[in-house]
Amino acid sequence: MTILELEKKANTIRQQVIIMLQKAGSGHSAGPLGMADVFAALYFSILKHNPKKPEWAERDRLILSNGHICPVRYAAMAEAGYFPKKELATLRQFGSRLQGHPERLKLPGIETTSGPLGSGLSQAAGMALVGKMDKKSWRVYCVMSDGEQNAGQTWEAVLFAAKNKLDNLVAIIDRNNIQIDGYTEDVMPLNPLGEKYEAFNWNVLEIDGHNIEEIIDACSHAKAVQKQPTLIIANTIAGKGVSFMENKYEWHGKPPNKEEAKQALKELKAQ
Amino acid sequence: MRKEAYLHSKVLSKPEMVPTRNGYGEGLLEAGKKDKDVVVLCADLSESTRSNYFQEKFPERFVEVGVAEQNMASLASGMALAGKTVFISSYAVFSPGRNNEQIRTTIAINDVNVKIVGAHAGVSVGPDGATHQALEDIALMRVMPNMKVLYPCDAEEARKTTVAAASIKGPVYIRLARAETPVITTKKTPFRIGRAEVFAEGKDVTIIASGPLVYEALKAANGMSNSIEVINLHTIKPLDEKTILRSVKKTGCVVTIEEHQKAGGMGSAVAEMLAQNYPVAVEMIGVSDRFGESGNPEELLQAFKLTAKDITKAVQRVIKRK
Repeated sequence: MTILELEKKANTIRQQVIIMLQKAGSGHSAGPLGMADVFAALYFSILKHNPKKPEWAERDRLILSNGHICPVRYAAMAEAGYFPKKELATLRQFGSRLQGHPERLKLPGIETTSGPLGSGLSQAAGMALVGKMDKKSWRVYCVMSDGEQNAGQTWEAVLFAAKNKLDNLVAIIDRNNIQIDGYTEDVMPLNPLGEKYEAFNWNVLEIDGHNIEEIIDACSHAKAVQKQPTLIIANTIAGKGVSFMENKYEWHGKPPNKEEAKQALKELKAQ
Repeated sequence: MRKEAYLHSKVLSKPEMVPTRNGYGEGLLEAGKKDKDVVVLCADLSESTRSNYFQEKFPERFVEVGVAEQNMASLASGMALAGKTVFISSYAVFSPGRNNEQIRTTIAINDVNVKIVGAHAGVSVGPDGATHQALEDIALMRVMPNMKVLYPCDAEEARKTTVAAASIKGPVYIRLARAETPVITTKKTPFRIGRAEVFAEGKDVTIIASGPLVYEALKAANGMSNSIEVINLHTIKPLDEKTILRSVKKTGCVVTIEEHQKAGGMGSAVAEMLAQNYPVAVEMIGVSDRFGESGNPEELLQAFKLTAKDITKAVQRVIKRK
């Protein structure tokens, strides 16, 4: 897929996110919109996977640590053919496979259950360690939020991945600078974030999380790095693509109403 | 004592003393030999949890995670998702204590093949004091969907428990003790996860015990003129309702004993089941809403009223309540 086609996929994913959230009446808006480019790049260029065989043993593993942005993953998975797109309309409803926070046992293709922040990197590191033990060629990608860098467990996993030289592990931080209670640098300052990871013996790359070429290049670069896990800090704009949501932490945890959704879709279609 | 239980011939005269954690170490070796996908994680406590037995024999399958029990639980989840049978060992106060949410989200909801081994449970940990004496872990694990809860009575049963846990799919909690305790069972003693074992048959009272205190129950039963049935409840969840009900319908009253808070422990599990199926008088022996403290194991068991003498008194009380 060309970069232009991937950008179109990202736009489609954003529109699906808006439609899903408005229908669900609850959920998170800013994070999923901000990560649409990363997810388009992952599902349509970077990951080795087979939507018809979600359990394929040789697949790359994608762990979504910050489970609350799952609408973007659901939209990308439906777009990739994991399940019918019409099922997206069931998000957060009783009986749906699309739980409010993603559950492995509900929906094939979800590698692990997540939501409570800070445990995704540990699980990704566990998988990557097995990949090393069993000499597998598959890689492990872990998407995290910047807010969950507050969590002590994240740093336990950072230490562990470096100790075990997990060069088959790539962590991607959605650096949108917001969390529920405000801006990350007010709630619990993280900067200089990249230097922290470097000090823990990680290979660190910083990119524009809305530039699909940069996302793909960074993941390719990580493959060439040996004996170190790679962190990609993807600088993103929360709510990207919808003018009245961009960079507003108020949109972290709420869905658009009917009018807002209409306006958002109008803007996205014009892009 | 029941012949078919094949208990150790010297259990009441001159018992051999071995900590249950040793049985875990031996069991890991067996499980590791049987299945190359068995891996063991430890959080800086490999010697005192006896996971070092496995570490020495299978260094490539032993993972040291440092003092990081939360990470250990989720690492284990990731490894299980990638096909391994994972044992995680620490002290029960840390795992499943400190890492309870990680166990809930990444192990139990995921329903993955992780065996959580909590060593140094109970007041018999001794001199380390309250911070290191887990008295709440059965309650924490018993309320967790998808989790099985096992509490072996001696080192031999701990060995069997470990091997059996490795052979079944899904999350399991195994509770171990620090102190040397009597070896009650033999290789021939029947063991199956989910089945309570009747160690002594009687008709006046049913004593249900879990863990090394099964020995105190046998001792109490042996020293009384009443006819006492002793059940070793090594599997607290799923509860063997059939065996318990069969016994209680015969005796009409129950004494439970465990080295754990009364609230939420094994006695609670038994009482909840009986209240719904066959209400009878129950005397629960356990720790009454307090923390432990420093001391040697014997004096602590006495101070917390967890000995054969306390069981004898409870038996007398419960018979009066029939």
